[in-house]
Amino acid sequence: MISVGLLLLAWELYATYSGIRPTILPAPSRVFEQATLNREALADNAVPTIRATLLGFACSLSAAFALSMLVDFFQPLRRALFPVFIISQTLPLVAIAPLVVLWFGFGLAPKIMLVALVTFFPMLVALVEGYESTEAEIGQMLRAMGAGRWRIFLLARLPSALPYFFAGLRISITYAVVGAIFAEYAGAAKGLGIYMLNAKNNFRPDLVLAAVGVSAALTLILFGLTVLVQRLAMPWERAGKKTGGTGPRR
Amino acid sequence: MSRLELRHVRKAFGGLDVLADISLSVGAGEFVSILGPSGAGKSTLFQLLTGAEHGEGEMSFDGAPLDDHGRHFAFMPQRDALMPWRRILDNTTLGLEVQGMRRQAARARVAPLFAEFGLAGFERHFPAQLSGGMRQRAALLRTVVQQRDMLLLDEPFGALDALTRTAMQRWLEQMWRHHRWTALLITHDVREAVFLSDRIYVLSARPARIVREIKVPLPRPRSLGGDAARQASALEAEILDIILNPQSIQRTRP
Ligand SMILES: Nc1ncnc2c1ncn2[C@@H]1O[C@H](COP(=O)(O)OP(=O)(O)O)[C@@H](O)[C@H]1O
Ligand SMILES: [Mg+2]
Repeated sequence: MISVGLLLLAWELYATYSGIRPTILPAPSRVFEQATLNREALADNAVPTIRATLLGFACSLSAAFALSMLVDFFQPLRRALFPVFIISQTLPLVAIAPLVVLWFGFGLAPKIMLVALVTFFPMLVALVEGYESTEAEIGQMLRAMGAGRWRIFLLARLPSALPYFFAGLRISITYAVVGAIFAEYAGAAKGLGIYMLNAKNNFRPDLVLAAVGVSAALTLILFGLTVLVQRLAMPWERAGKKTGGTGPRR
Repeated sequence: MSRLELRHVRKAFGGLDVLADISLSVGAGEFVSILGPSGAGKSTLFQLLTGAEHGEGEMSFDGAPLDDHGRHFAFMPQRDALMPWRRILDNTTLGLEVQGMRRQAARARVAPLFAEFGLAGFERHFPAQLSGGMRQRAALLRTVVQQRDMLLLDEPFGALDALTRTAMQRWLEQMWRHHRWTALLITHDVREAVFLSDRIYVLSARPARIVREIKVPLPRPRSLGGDAARQASALEAEILDIILNPQSIQRTRP
Protein backbone atom coordinates (compact mmCIF):
# COMPACT_ATOMS: atom_id res chain seq x y z
CA MET A 1 0.00 0.00 0.00
CA ILE A 2 2.74 2.46 1.02
CA SER A 3 4.90 1.51 -1.96
CA VAL A 4 2.00 2.19 -4.34
CA GLY A 5 1.46 5.57 -2.71
CA LEU A 6 5.12 6.54 -3.02
CA LEU A 7 5.18 5.49 -6.65
CA LEU A 8 2.13 7.64 -7.42
CA LEU A 9 3.68 10.59 -5.59
CA ALA A 10 6.94 10.35 -7.55
CA TRP A 11 4.98 10.12 -10.78
CA GLU A 12 2.86 13.14 -9.83
CA LEU A 13 5.94 15.22 -9.05
CA TYR A 14 7.71 14.15 -12.23
CA ALA A 15 4.70 14.89 -14.47
CA THR A 16 4.17 18.30 -12.87
CA TYR A 17 7.73 19.62 -12.72
CA SER A 18 9.60 18.01 -15.59
CA GLY A 19 7.63 19.97 -18.18
CA ILE A 20 6.52 16.79 -19.95
CA ARG A 21 3.31 17.30 -21.91
CA PRO A 22 0.14 15.76 -20.43
CA THR A 23 -0.58 14.16 -23.83
CA ILE A 24 2.57 12.07 -23.29
CA LEU A 25 2.52 11.43 -19.56
CA PRO A 26 -0.43 12.79 -17.61
CA ALA A 27 -0.11 13.24 -13.87
CA PRO A 28 -2.07 10.80 -11.66
CA SER A 29 -4.24 13.64 -10.47
CA ARG A 30 -5.29 14.32 -14.05
CA VAL A 31 -5.91 10.64 -14.69
CA PHE A 32 -8.09 10.50 -11.63
CA GLU A 33 -9.95 13.64 -12.59
CA GLN A 34 -10.62 12.33 -16.10
CA ALA A 35 -11.62 8.94 -14.71
CA THR A 36 -14.25 10.62 -12.54
CA LEU A 37 -15.49 12.70 -15.46
CA ASN A 38 -15.74 9.62 -17.69
CA ARG A 39 -16.91 7.23 -15.00
CA GLU A 40 -20.07 6.27 -16.84
CA ALA A 41 -18.22 5.31 -20.00
CA LEU A 42 -15.61 3.43 -17.95
CA ALA A 43 -18.24 1.52 -15.99
CA ASP A 44 -20.11 0.80 -19.19
CA ASN A 45 -16.95 -0.68 -20.71
CA ALA A 46 -15.93 -2.54 -17.57
CA VAL A 47 -19.10 -4.64 -17.55
CA PRO A 48 -18.31 -6.69 -20.71
CA THR A 49 -14.75 -7.18 -19.48
CA ILE A 50 -15.94 -8.50 -16.13
CA ARG A 51 -18.45 -10.73 -17.88
CA ALA A 52 -15.81 -12.16 -20.23
CA THR A 53 -13.37 -12.66 -17.36
CA LEU A 54 -15.80 -14.50 -15.12
CA LEU A 55 -17.43 -16.60 -17.85
CA GLY A 56 -14.07 -17.51 -19.37
CA PHE A 57 -12.71 -18.36 -15.99
CA ALA A 58 -15.74 -20.47 -15.12
CA CYS A 59 -15.30 -22.41 -18.38
CA SER A 60 -11.61 -23.05 -17.82
CA LEU A 61 -12.22 -24.05 -14.20
CA SER A 62 -14.83 -26.62 -15.11
CA ALA A 63 -12.70 -27.98 -17.93
CA ALA A 64 -9.58 -28.09 -15.78
CA PHE A 65 -11.46 -29.83 -13.00
CA ALA A 66 -13.00 -32.46 -15.25
CA LEU A 67 -9.74 -33.13 -17.03
CA SER A 68 -7.67 -33.18 -13.83
CA MET A 69 -9.89 -35.97 -12.52
CA LEU A 70 -9.59 -37.88 -15.74
CA VAL A 71 -5.81 -37.55 -15.66
CA ASP A 72 -5.75 -38.59 -12.00
CA PHE A 73 -7.69 -41.77 -12.71
CA PHE A 74 -5.91 -42.62 -15.98
CA GLN A 75 -2.27 -41.72 -15.55
CA PRO A 76 -1.27 -42.53 -19.18
CA LEU A 77 -3.55 -39.70 -20.31
CA ARG A 78 -1.25 -37.30 -18.56
CA ARG A 79 1.70 -38.12 -20.76
CA ALA A 80 -0.48 -37.97 -23.87
CA LEU A 81 -2.20 -34.67 -23.09
CA PHE A 82 0.30 -32.52 -21.26
CA PRO A 83 2.52 -31.69 -24.26
CA VAL A 84 -0.53 -30.33 -26.06
CA PHE A 85 -1.40 -28.11 -23.13
CA ILE A 86 2.14 -26.90 -22.72
CA ILE A 87 2.20 -25.89 -26.37
CA SER A 88 -1.08 -24.05 -25.84
CA GLN A 89 0.72 -21.98 -23.21
CA THR A 90 3.50 -20.94 -25.55
CA LEU A 91 1.14 -19.39 -28.11
CA PRO A 92 1.71 -15.63 -28.06
CA LEU A 93 -1.49 -13.90 -27.07
CA VAL A 94 -0.71 -11.02 -29.43
CA ALA A 95 -0.96 -13.36 -32.40
CA ILE A 96 -3.74 -15.57 -31.16
CA ALA A 97 -6.16 -12.88 -30.04
CA PRO A 98 -6.79 -11.34 -33.51
CA LEU A 99 -7.10 -14.80 -35.05
CA VAL A 100 -9.69 -15.95 -32.55
CA VAL A 101 -11.62 -12.73 -33.10
CA LEU A 102 -11.34 -13.26 -36.85
CA TRP A 103 -12.75 -16.76 -36.55
CA PHE A 104 -15.43 -16.17 -33.94
CA GLY A 105 -16.41 -12.53 -34.41
CA PHE A 106 -16.66 -9.51 -32.12
CA GLY A 107 -19.03 -11.17 -29.66
CA LEU A 108 -18.52 -12.68 -26.24
CA ALA A 109 -17.40 -16.12 -27.46
CA PRO A 110 -13.83 -15.30 -28.53
CA LYS A 111 -13.21 -13.43 -25.27
CA ILE A 112 -14.37 -16.37 -23.21
CA MET A 113 -12.15 -18.64 -25.27
CA LEU A 114 -9.07 -16.51 -24.79
CA VAL A 115 -9.59 -16.14 -21.06
CA ALA A 116 -10.10 -19.89 -20.84
CA LEU A 117 -6.99 -20.51 -22.90
CA VAL A 118 -4.68 -18.51 -20.66
CA THR A 119 -6.11 -19.80 -17.37
CA PHE A 120 -6.84 -23.43 -18.18
CA PHE A 121 -3.35 -24.85 -17.97
CA PRO A 122 -2.27 -23.25 -14.69
CA MET A 123 -5.45 -24.54 -13.07
CA LEU A 124 -5.01 -28.03 -14.50
CA VAL A 125 -1.43 -28.27 -13.31
CA ALA A 126 -2.36 -26.94 -9.88
CA LEU A 127 -5.09 -29.56 -9.47
CA VAL A 128 -3.06 -32.49 -10.79
CA GLU A 129 -0.08 -31.61 -8.59
CA GLY A 130 -2.44 -31.09 -5.69
CA TYR A 131 -3.82 -34.61 -6.01
CA GLU A 132 -0.28 -35.94 -6.22
CA SER A 133 0.61 -34.19 -2.97
CA THR A 134 -1.66 -36.53 -1.02
CA GLU A 135 0.29 -38.21 1.75
CA ALA A 136 1.09 -41.78 0.70
CA GLU A 137 0.31 -43.04 4.22
CA ILE A 138 -3.20 -41.60 4.04
CA GLY A 139 -3.83 -43.47 0.80
CA GLN A 140 -2.48 -46.71 2.20
CA MET A 141 -4.53 -46.31 5.36
CA LEU A 142 -7.75 -45.64 3.44
CA ARG A 143 -7.14 -48.67 1.26
CA ALA A 144 -6.62 -50.78 4.36
CA MET A 145 -9.93 -49.43 5.67
CA GLY A 146 -11.54 -50.78 2.50
CA ALA A 147 -11.94 -47.56 0.51
CA GLY A 148 -11.98 -47.73 -3.31
CA ARG A 149 -10.30 -45.29 -5.68
CA TRP A 150 -13.27 -42.98 -5.94
CA ARG A 151 -13.65 -42.89 -2.17
CA ILE A 152 -9.95 -42.15 -1.75
CA PHE A 153 -10.22 -39.37 -4.31
CA LEU A 154 -13.08 -37.70 -2.47
CA LEU A 155 -11.78 -38.26 1.05
CA ALA A 156 -8.09 -37.55 0.53
CA ARG A 157 -6.90 -36.46 -2.89
CA LEU A 158 -9.42 -33.70 -3.46
CA PRO A 159 -8.96 -31.99 -0.08
CA SER A 160 -5.18 -32.39 -0.37
CA ALA A 161 -5.33 -30.41 -3.62
CA LEU A 162 -7.08 -27.41 -2.06
CA PRO A 163 -3.97 -25.34 -1.20
CA TYR A 164 -2.62 -25.94 -4.70
CA PHE A 165 -5.97 -25.10 -6.20
CA PHE A 166 -6.12 -21.74 -4.45
CA ALA A 167 -2.52 -20.90 -5.30
CA GLY A 168 -3.37 -21.59 -8.94
CA LEU A 169 -6.56 -19.58 -8.62
CA ARG A 170 -4.74 -16.49 -7.38
CA ILE A 171 -2.34 -16.55 -10.32
CA SER A 172 -4.94 -17.44 -12.94
CA ILE A 173 -7.39 -14.74 -11.95
CA THR A 174 -4.84 -12.06 -12.84
CA TYR A 175 -4.16 -13.77 -16.17
CA ALA A 176 -7.89 -13.89 -16.78
CA VAL A 177 -8.33 -10.11 -16.64
CA VAL A 178 -5.34 -9.54 -18.90
CA GLY A 179 -6.65 -12.16 -21.30
CA ALA A 180 -10.05 -10.53 -21.53
CA ILE A 181 -8.57 -7.09 -22.18
CA PHE A 182 -6.29 -8.50 -24.85
CA ALA A 183 -9.21 -10.15 -26.58
CA GLU A 184 -11.11 -6.87 -26.59
CA TYR A 185 -8.09 -5.04 -27.85
CA ALA A 186 -8.15 -7.31 -30.89
CA GLY A 187 -11.72 -6.40 -31.62
CA ALA A 188 -14.86 -5.73 -29.65
CA ALA A 189 -17.87 -3.47 -29.57
CA LYS A 190 -17.37 -2.62 -25.92
CA GLY A 191 -14.93 -3.38 -23.15
CA LEU A 192 -11.93 -1.97 -21.34
CA GLY A 193 -9.60 -3.27 -24.03
CA ILE A 194 -11.30 -1.51 -26.89
CA TYR A 195 -11.75 1.57 -24.71
CA MET A 196 -7.98 1.73 -24.20
CA LEU A 197 -7.38 1.32 -27.91
CA ASN A 198 -9.77 4.12 -28.79
CA ALA A 199 -8.35 6.44 -26.14
CA LYS A 200 -4.86 5.81 -27.43
CA ASN A 201 -5.91 6.54 -31.00
CA ASN A 202 -7.46 9.80 -29.79
CA PHE A 203 -4.20 10.80 -28.06
CA ARG A 204 -5.74 10.54 -24.61
CA PRO A 205 -3.16 8.71 -22.48
CA ASP A 206 -5.01 9.94 -19.41
CA LEU A 207 -8.03 7.86 -20.40
CA VAL A 208 -5.84 4.87 -21.28
CA LEU A 209 -4.38 5.05 -17.80
CA ALA A 210 -7.81 5.52 -16.26
CA ALA A 211 -8.91 2.26 -17.92
CA VAL A 212 -5.70 0.61 -16.71
CA GLY A 213 -6.60 1.77 -13.22
CA VAL A 214 -10.04 0.22 -13.51
CA SER A 215 -8.61 -3.09 -14.71
CA ALA A 216 -6.06 -3.06 -11.88
CA ALA A 217 -8.82 -2.44 -9.37
CA LEU A 218 -10.82 -5.25 -10.93
CA THR A 219 -7.89 -7.65 -10.63
CA LEU A 220 -7.31 -6.67 -7.02
CA ILE A 221 -10.95 -7.23 -6.13
CA LEU A 222 -10.97 -10.66 -7.78
CA PHE A 223 -7.70 -11.52 -6.07
CA GLY A 224 -9.13 -10.44 -2.73
CA LEU A 225 -12.20 -12.57 -3.35
CA THR A 226 -10.10 -15.69 -3.92
CA VAL A 227 -8.24 -15.04 -0.67
CA LEU A 228 -11.56 -14.66 1.12
CA VAL A 229 -12.99 -17.83 -0.38
CA GLN A 230 -9.83 -19.71 0.57
CA ARG A 231 -10.16 -18.59 4.17
CA LEU A 232 -13.74 -19.79 4.27
CA ALA A 233 -12.98 -23.04 2.49
CA MET A 234 -9.89 -23.93 4.51
CA PRO A 235 -10.53 -22.97 8.13
CA TRP A 236 -7.93 -25.48 9.35
CA GLU A 237 -5.11 -23.45 7.83
CA ARG A 238 -5.67 -20.48 10.08
CA ALA A 239 -6.54 -22.67 13.04
CA GLY A 240 -3.15 -24.32 12.68
CA LYS A 241 -1.29 -21.02 12.47
CA LYS A 242 -3.05 -19.36 15.37
CA THR A 243 -1.94 -21.88 17.92
CA GLY A 244 1.28 -22.56 16.04
CA GLY A 245 3.51 -25.15 17.67
CA THR A 246 1.61 -26.49 20.61
CA GLY A 247 4.02 -29.37 20.62
CA PRO A 248 6.40 -31.43 18.54
CA ARG A 249 4.92 -32.38 15.19
CA ARG A 250 6.21 -35.35 13.28
CA MET B 1 -4.31 -70.44 18.54
CA SER B 2 -2.37 -68.19 16.20
CA ARG B 3 -4.43 -65.78 14.15
CA LEU B 4 -1.89 -64.20 11.80
CA GLU B 5 0.61 -66.55 10.26
CA LEU B 6 3.38 -65.64 7.80
CA ARG B 7 5.57 -68.30 6.21
CA HIS B 8 8.67 -67.49 4.20
CA VAL B 9 7.43 -64.11 3.04
CA ARG B 10 9.77 -62.33 0.64
CA LYS B 11 9.62 -59.01 -1.12
CA ALA B 12 11.87 -57.18 -3.55
CA PHE B 13 11.41 -53.75 -5.09
CA GLY B 14 12.91 -54.06 -8.55
CA GLY B 15 16.33 -55.50 -7.84
CA LEU B 16 16.32 -54.44 -4.20
CA ASP B 17 15.73 -57.34 -1.80
CA VAL B 18 13.86 -55.87 1.15
CA LEU B 19 12.32 -58.83 2.92
CA ALA B 20 14.46 -61.94 2.60
CA ASP B 21 12.54 -64.52 4.60
CA ILE B 22 9.94 -63.65 7.18
CA SER B 23 8.03 -66.26 9.13
CA LEU B 24 6.06 -65.22 12.15
CA SER B 25 2.79 -65.68 13.94
CA VAL B 26 0.57 -63.65 16.22
CA GLY B 27 -1.90 -65.30 18.58
CA ALA B 28 -5.29 -64.05 19.72
CA GLY B 29 -4.99 -61.25 22.27
CA GLU B 30 -1.23 -61.26 21.93
CA PHE B 31 0.94 -58.14 21.68
CA VAL B 32 3.84 -58.85 19.35
CA SER B 33 6.59 -56.47 18.24
CA ILE B 34 8.82 -56.44 15.22
CA LEU B 35 12.08 -54.81 16.17
CA GLY B 36 14.62 -53.83 13.58
CA PRO B 37 16.90 -51.06 12.36
CA SER B 38 15.59 -48.24 10.17
CA GLY B 39 15.31 -49.15 6.52
CA ALA B 40 15.19 -52.87 7.30
CA GLY B 41 11.83 -53.33 5.61
CA LYS B 42 9.46 -53.18 8.58
CA SER B 43 6.96 -50.83 6.94
CA THR B 44 7.17 -52.91 3.79
CA LEU B 45 5.85 -55.88 5.75
CA PHE B 46 2.75 -53.86 6.66
CA GLN B 47 2.36 -52.87 3.01
CA LEU B 48 2.10 -56.56 2.22
CA LEU B 49 -0.39 -57.18 5.01
CA THR B 50 -2.64 -54.27 4.02
CA GLY B 51 -2.50 -55.21 0.36
CA ALA B 52 -0.68 -52.09 -0.78
CA GLU B 53 2.09 -54.30 -2.21
CA HIS B 54 2.31 -57.95 -3.12
CA GLY B 55 5.12 -60.33 -2.25
CA GLU B 56 5.94 -64.01 -2.26
CA GLY B 57 5.25 -66.57 0.45
CA GLU B 58 2.21 -67.51 2.45
CA MET B 59 0.16 -65.18 4.60
CA SER B 60 -2.91 -66.44 6.38
CA PHE B 61 -5.36 -65.20 8.96
CA ASP B 62 -7.35 -67.64 11.08
CA GLY B 63 -6.15 -70.34 8.74
CA ALA B 64 -7.50 -68.72 5.56
CA PRO B 65 -5.12 -67.18 3.01
CA LEU B 66 -4.91 -63.40 3.19
CA ASP B 67 -6.42 -62.35 -0.10
CA ASP B 68 -9.39 -60.29 0.99
CA HIS B 69 -7.11 -57.47 2.07
CA GLY B 70 -8.15 -54.84 4.51
CA ARG B 71 -10.81 -56.85 6.30
CA HIS B 72 -8.78 -58.08 9.24
CA PHE B 73 -6.50 -55.19 10.03
CA ALA B 74 -6.83 -51.75 11.48
CA PHE B 75 -3.68 -50.04 10.29
CA MET B 76 -1.93 -47.09 11.89
CA PRO B 77 0.69 -45.70 9.50
CA GLN B 78 4.15 -44.58 10.53
CA ARG B 79 3.20 -40.93 10.42
CA ASP B 80 -0.09 -40.22 12.16
CA ALA B 81 -1.79 -39.63 8.78
CA LEU B 82 -4.41 -37.41 10.36
CA MET B 83 -6.23 -35.39 7.72
CA PRO B 84 -5.44 -31.71 8.41
CA TRP B 85 -8.79 -30.63 7.01
CA ARG B 86 -10.87 -32.82 9.32
CA ARG B 87 -11.56 -32.03 12.93
CA ILE B 88 -10.27 -34.59 15.42
CA LEU B 89 -13.72 -36.10 15.89
CA ASP B 90 -14.12 -36.56 12.15
CA ASN B 91 -10.61 -37.95 11.83
CA THR B 92 -11.36 -40.60 14.39
CA THR B 93 -14.59 -41.67 12.67
CA LEU B 94 -12.90 -42.05 9.28
CA GLY B 95 -12.64 -45.83 9.34
CA LEU B 96 -16.26 -46.21 10.40
CA GLU B 97 -17.40 -43.87 7.64
CA VAL B 98 -15.46 -45.87 5.07
CA GLN B 99 -17.17 -48.99 6.41
CA GLY B 100 -20.47 -47.32 5.53
CA MET B 101 -21.60 -46.15 8.96
CA ARG B 102 -23.57 -42.89 9.01
CA ARG B 103 -21.63 -39.90 10.25
CA GLN B 104 -23.93 -39.35 13.23
CA ALA B 105 -23.75 -42.98 14.30
CA ALA B 106 -20.00 -43.02 13.88
CA ARG B 107 -19.63 -39.91 16.02
CA ALA B 108 -21.86 -41.41 18.69
CA ARG B 109 -19.69 -44.51 18.74
CA VAL B 110 -16.41 -42.61 19.02
CA ALA B 111 -17.30 -39.70 21.27
CA PRO B 112 -17.43 -41.65 24.57
CA LEU B 113 -13.86 -42.85 23.99
CA PHE B 114 -12.35 -39.37 23.88
CA ALA B 115 -11.89 -39.21 27.65
CA GLU B 116 -10.12 -42.55 27.81
CA PHE B 117 -7.76 -41.42 25.06
CA GLY B 118 -7.00 -38.13 26.79
CA LEU B 119 -8.68 -36.14 24.04
CA ALA B 120 -11.80 -34.85 25.80
CA GLY B 121 -12.49 -31.25 24.83
CA PHE B 122 -10.49 -31.51 21.61
CA GLU B 123 -13.22 -33.03 19.45
CA ARG B 124 -13.66 -29.83 17.43
CA HIS B 125 -9.97 -29.03 17.08
CA PHE B 126 -7.98 -29.48 13.92
CA PRO B 127 -4.95 -31.81 14.03
CA ALA B 128 -2.55 -28.86 13.67
CA GLN B 129 -3.82 -27.54 17.00
CA LEU B 130 -2.78 -30.68 18.89
CA SER B 131 0.53 -31.70 20.42
CA GLY B 132 2.45 -34.64 19.02
CA GLY B 133 1.33 -37.00 21.76
CA MET B 134 -2.31 -36.07 21.33
CA ARG B 135 -2.08 -36.54 17.59
CA GLN B 136 -0.76 -40.05 18.12
CA ARG B 137 -3.57 -40.83 20.56
CA ALA B 138 -6.10 -39.53 18.03
CA ALA B 139 -4.53 -41.70 15.34
CA LEU B 140 -4.68 -44.68 17.67
CA LEU B 141 -8.31 -43.97 18.50
CA ARG B 142 -9.10 -43.83 14.77
CA THR B 143 -7.41 -47.22 14.49
CA VAL B 144 -9.02 -49.10 17.37
CA VAL B 145 -12.63 -47.96 16.79
CA GLN B 146 -12.63 -49.80 13.49
CA GLN B 147 -13.07 -52.97 15.57
CA ARG B 148 -11.02 -55.09 13.26
CA ASP B 149 -9.51 -58.41 14.31
CA MET B 150 -6.02 -57.04 14.71
CA LEU B 151 -4.07 -53.80 15.06
CA LEU B 152 -1.05 -53.01 12.89
CA LEU B 153 0.92 -50.18 14.50
CA ASP B 154 3.89 -48.78 12.57
CA GLU B 155 6.25 -46.94 14.92
CA PRO B 156 3.40 -45.09 16.61
CA PHE B 157 5.69 -43.13 18.93
CA GLY B 158 8.75 -42.83 16.70
CA ALA B 159 8.38 -39.10 16.10
CA LEU B 160 7.77 -38.10 19.72
CA ASP B 161 10.23 -36.61 22.18
CA ALA B 162 11.61 -39.05 24.76
CA LEU B 163 9.40 -37.95 27.66
CA THR B 164 6.18 -38.00 25.68
CA ARG B 165 7.15 -41.32 24.18
CA THR B 166 7.65 -42.92 27.58
CA ALA B 167 4.33 -41.53 28.80
CA MET B 168 2.60 -42.86 25.69
CA GLN B 169 4.15 -46.31 26.11
CA ARG B 170 2.86 -46.56 29.67
CA TRP B 171 -0.53 -45.35 28.54
CA LEU B 172 -0.67 -47.88 25.69
CA GLU B 173 0.35 -50.74 27.98
CA GLN B 174 -2.47 -49.83 30.34
CA MET B 175 -4.95 -49.54 27.44
CA TRP B 176 -3.87 -52.89 26.11
CA ARG B 177 -4.47 -54.56 29.48
CA HIS B 178 -8.07 -53.30 29.39
CA HIS B 179 -8.83 -54.15 25.78
CA ARG B 180 -6.54 -57.11 25.01
CA TRP B 181 -6.23 -56.19 21.36
CA THR B 182 -4.39 -58.58 19.10
CA ALA B 183 -1.59 -56.31 17.99
CA LEU B 184 1.51 -56.25 15.86
CA LEU B 185 3.77 -53.29 16.61
CA ILE B 186 6.71 -52.11 14.53
CA THR B 187 9.45 -50.30 16.37
CA HIS B 188 13.17 -49.61 16.37
CA ASP B 189 13.11 -48.84 20.09
CA VAL B 190 14.35 -51.81 22.16
CA ARG B 191 12.96 -50.50 25.44
CA GLU B 192 9.56 -49.89 23.86
CA ALA B 193 9.45 -53.43 22.48
CA VAL B 194 10.35 -54.98 25.83
CA PHE B 195 7.96 -52.76 27.78
CA LEU B 196 4.92 -53.44 25.59
CA SER B 197 5.28 -56.91 24.10
CA ASP B 198 4.50 -60.49 24.91
CA ARG B 199 6.87 -61.55 22.16
CA ILE B 200 9.47 -59.81 20.02
CA TYR B 201 10.78 -60.70 16.59
CA VAL B 202 14.21 -59.20 16.01
CA LEU B 203 14.86 -58.30 12.38
CA SER B 204 18.23 -58.06 10.66
CA ALA B 205 19.19 -55.09 8.51
CA ARG B 206 17.97 -55.17 4.91
CA PRO B 207 17.33 -57.65 3.39
CA ALA B 208 15.34 -58.42 6.50
CA ARG B 209 15.17 -61.85 8.03
CA ILE B 210 14.11 -62.79 11.51
CA VAL B 211 17.25 -63.35 13.54
CA ARG B 212 15.57 -64.11 16.83
CA GLU B 213 12.23 -64.62 18.50
CA ILE B 214 12.17 -63.49 22.11
CA LYS B 215 9.50 -64.14 24.71
CA VAL B 216 9.07 -61.40 27.27
CA PRO B 217 8.24 -63.17 30.55
CA LEU B 218 7.72 -59.98 32.55
CA PRO B 219 4.53 -59.68 34.61
CA ARG B 220 1.83 -57.18 33.76
CA PRO B 221 1.18 -54.43 34.56
CA ARG B 222 4.67 -53.70 33.44
CA SER B 223 6.48 -51.71 36.10
CA LEU B 224 9.43 -49.39 36.00
CA GLY B 225 10.99 -50.49 39.26
CA GLY B 226 12.00 -53.48 41.31
CA ASP B 227 12.91 -56.93 40.18
CA ALA B 228 10.91 -56.81 36.96
CA ALA B 229 12.75 -53.66 35.87
CA ARG B 230 16.10 -55.38 36.37
CA GLN B 231 14.88 -58.32 34.31
CA ALA B 232 13.72 -55.92 31.61
CA SER B 233 17.11 -54.21 31.51
CA ALA B 234 18.85 -57.54 31.12
CA LEU B 235 16.53 -58.44 28.25
CA GLU B 236 17.14 -55.09 26.59
CA ALA B 237 20.88 -55.57 26.83
CA GLU B 238 20.60 -59.03 25.32
CA ILE B 239 18.52 -57.75 22.39
CA LEU B 240 20.87 -54.84 21.75
CA ASP B 241 23.72 -57.30 21.65
CA ILE B 242 21.90 -59.37 19.03
CA ILE B 243 21.24 -56.33 16.87
CA LEU B 244 24.67 -54.76 17.17
CA ASN B 245 26.74 -57.97 16.96
CA PRO B 246 24.98 -60.11 14.38
CA GLN B 247 27.90 -62.56 14.19
CA SER B 248 27.40 -63.52 17.85
CA ILE B 249 23.91 -64.87 17.18
CA GLN B 250 24.93 -68.51 17.00
CA ARG B 251 26.90 -68.22 20.21
CA THR B 252 24.12 -66.68 22.28
CA ARG B 253 21.34 -68.78 20.86
CA PRO B 254 19.89 -70.80 23.80
N1 LIG C 1 7.36 -48.66 -2.94
C1 LIG C 1 8.70 -48.84 -2.85
N2 LIG C 1 9.46 -48.88 -3.97
C2 LIG C 1 10.80 -49.07 -3.90
N3 LIG C 1 11.49 -49.22 -2.76
C3 LIG C 1 10.80 -49.19 -1.61
C4 LIG C 1 9.38 -48.99 -1.59
N4 LIG C 1 8.96 -49.00 -0.30
C5 LIG C 1 10.08 -49.19 0.45
N5 LIG C 1 11.18 -49.29 -0.33
C6 LIG C 1 12.56 -49.56 0.14
O1 LIG C 1 12.53 -50.64 1.02
C7 LIG C 1 13.44 -50.43 2.07
C8 LIG C 1 12.78 -50.65 3.40
O2 LIG C 1 11.83 -49.61 3.62
P1 LIG C 1 10.84 -49.63 4.87
O3 LIG C 1 10.03 -50.86 4.83
O4 LIG C 1 10.10 -48.36 4.87
O5 LIG C 1 11.86 -49.68 6.10
P2 LIG C 1 11.59 -49.48 7.66
O6 LIG C 1 10.12 -49.28 7.85
O7 LIG C 1 12.10 -50.72 8.30
O8 LIG C 1 12.39 -48.30 8.10
C9 LIG C 1 14.03 -49.04 1.91
O9 LIG C 1 15.32 -49.15 1.37
C10 LIG C 1 13.09 -48.38 0.93
O10 LIG C 1 13.80 -47.49 0.12
MG1 LIG D 1 9.15 -47.71 8.52
